[in-house]
Amino acid sequence: MKTRILGFAALAAVVVATVVGLLVVPADLNQGDAQRIMYPHVASAWLAYLSFGVTALFGILWLWKRDLRYDAVALAGAEIGVMFTAFAIWGGMMWGRPVWGVFWQWEDPRLTTTALLLALYVGYLLLRRLTDDPERRATRAAIVGVVAAVDIPIVHFSVEWWRGLHQTATIASPERALDPAAPMVFVGTLLGMLGAFTVAWLYLMIRRYQLARAELAREEEARLGRLRAVQVAGLSSSSQETAR
Amino acid sequence: MTALRAEARVALAIARKDAVAELRGRHATVSTLFFAAIVLLLFGFALGPDAARLAAAAPGLLWLAVVFAGILAVNRLHLLETDDGALEQLAMYPVARRAIYAGKALGGFAVMLVLGLVVLGAVGVLFAVDIGSAWLPLLATVVLGALGIAAVGTFYAGVTVRLRAREVMLPLLMLPILTPLLLGAVKATSAALAGDPFGELAAWLQLLIAFDLIMLVAGAATYGFLLED
Repeated sequence: MKTRILGFAALAAVVVATVVGLLVVPADLNQGDAQRIMYPHVASAWLAYLSFGVTALFGILWLWKRDLRYDAVALAGAEIGVMFTAFAIWGGMMWGRPVWGVFWQWEDPRLTTTALLLALYVGYLLLRRLTDDPERRATRAAIVGVVAAVDIPIVHFSVEWWRGLHQTATIASPERALDPAAPMVFVGTLLGMLGAFTVAWLYLMIRRYQLARAELAREEEARLGRLRAVQVAGLSSSSQETAR
Repeated sequence: MTALRAEARVALAIARKDAVAELRGRHATVSTLFFAAIVLLLFGFALGPDAARLAAAAPGLLWLAVVFAGILAVNRLHLLETDDGALEQLAMYPVARRAIYAGKALGGFAVMLVLGLVVLGAVGVLFAVDIGSAWLPLLATVVLGALGIAAVGTFYAGVTVRLRAREVMLPLLMLPILTPLLLGAVKATSAALAGDPFGELAAWLQLLIAFDLIMLVAGAATYGFLLED
């Protein structure tokens, strides 16, 4: 029930932030309406990183504590992270076409890093699907999730060295925060979108976690069922032997 | 100190075992060397016959061939262990897991080094690149690249070796992880071949060193969990 309320709150927040981003805030002078894509785009990218951080953290917790609930959280993080990553890439391409003139800008380190991020975690999800035993799956996934998270900064760093041309971060750099390059309306809209997306993210994480727990319970039941069937078969054959 | 020395001896023993098995059976090197040669030929057909363009693309082609063939090589090396349940035996030895990882990675490194050097020579011949003039930085790049591929490949092969679809999963997981290594190695190679006009060679080699160290530590820390699983 509480989760459902959170879901409605997330929906309302995203709708309000969308209306503000599309209709209330004025268009950017240089980029025009295309700049509005930045609100969901930046929010998705941040949540993608947050999700993969959660996956790595809960992967470590699984390796340490051996509780499959941690693995369920790790799975939720990876799946939702992949969704937000794909959304961020899609938004970036839609923005790049009018502003840069191309969908794909090879000289932009963040775009190429994000594409690799998608590849890393699609691999993580595929690996999970290929392993049947829940504990082995959790262990292998945890290792891949941790190594992927370790790799992300190196990828980012190396690609940035390789070639750099991206708008510098609007909020992350402190001198910009004190003397914002963007007017406060833009920053406020971006933060509002970020907040709305984060509430939606939290709701999705909880729901995906619950689903993962349900899947796990069903797997466990199926396994117990198979065990029982084997036992019954074994009992009947042994009783036949004694009858003989 | 003595414990560390004992671990180093275990690692060396495992690496030597892999080297002997490789020298006798040649499971990993021969087939992957031919594979790398074919990849180079196909790159030549895909981009040629303009010699200038091939020479310009040579660093990238070199490292793509090494990475592709390297994935096959680490897969072969790990398959060797699973064929007769040897990995389970290895896991039962009362030694530190990181020593086992170090040994396997060292064995993989030896194979990757041979592979890298041969492919480098082949690139020099096929794409008319003068590798003799910059042999020292090129050697350093190949050593660091081979070490990184072995460090990553050893534990990713451990992750995928028991999967049904390991031939697909190993490259799928490894290639995105290896991207920084690919960038660093390609940039270092082209800088070395051009005589390092911008003085960037050292920075790319440092990136390779950092990548290798981080991946070796990550592999040593996680390989034990794979052996238990």
